[in-house]
Amino acid sequence: MIPLDHVIGLSAILFTIGVVGVVTRRNVIVILMSIELMLNAVNLAFVGGNRLWPTGPAGVSYDGQVFVLMVITVAAAEVAVGLGIVISMFRNRDSVNIDDVSLLKW
Amino acid sequence: MTVPVFLFYFFAALAVLSALGVVANVRNTVAAAMSLVITMVSLAVIYLLLEAHLVAAIQIMVYAGAIVVLFLFVVMLLNLRSDDFPPARQRLSKLAGALLGVFALAEFLRRSGSLPAAPPLPEGFGGYRTLGIALYTDYILLVEMASLLLTAAIVGALILAKRKID
Repeated sequence: MIPLDHVIGLSAILFTIGVVGVVTRRNVIVILMSIELMLNAVNLAFVGGNRLWPTGPAGVSYDGQVFVLMVITVAAAEVAVGLGIVISMFRNRDSVNIDDVSLLKW
Repeated sequence: MTVPVFLFYFFAALAVLSALGVVANVRNTVAAAMSLVITMVSLAVIYLLLEAHLVAAIQIMVYAGAIVVLFLFVVMLLNLRSDDFPPARQRLSKLAGALLGVFALAEFLRRSGSLPAAPPLPEGFGGYRTLGIALYTDYILLVEMASLLLTAAIVGALILAKRKID
């Protein structure tokens, strides 16, 4: 039997790696990849939670796994729009450096 | 240690190493995307070990098959030279990241062993049939909302990809 607290621990480690990637890297594409890592860490926690509590008030419950499917949908939409933004940013600024687009920064 | 537990630890270590490869690879974005594929596939194996079969299949199809390919497509389309890659940020944020990592690890070790063992599962848990029935009966509103979101994303990506916005 897989120890579920280690599943949650793996999820925490992956999320931390994703946060570090978002904070330290300047390449927009790598920042988007790190966001994907964070979403995957959350998915892992959801699947582990659904394994730990597989039944709800009305019998078998799939809340965790359905939530994972929704997160995957949101990730797909986010990547489509995010990479569109990256391409138009490269077209206008000729760069993928996040420091070159600071128009909205205070 | 039984085979599933060994597989879990093996693929967990693989996922962590390849996730580090995504973040720490400063020179080569294509290699970072390939590391991301390895992370996605090892997470899919862990989903299989957690009896989430449909989610594992969709993880491989959507993440490893579509999303990372989209990343690779954009990286190769932009044709970045290695001197285009900006250096990573300086010491302070790295220190903050290391502190966060140490905190997460300490909290994990402190809480380790506090969760109960996983209960036995009913027949067909997490399979295509049962999860599909749940999706199209109890969660039908969520499915409709997902379709709306994907439509909005398609329209947004098309507008962003136009050369001139008029």
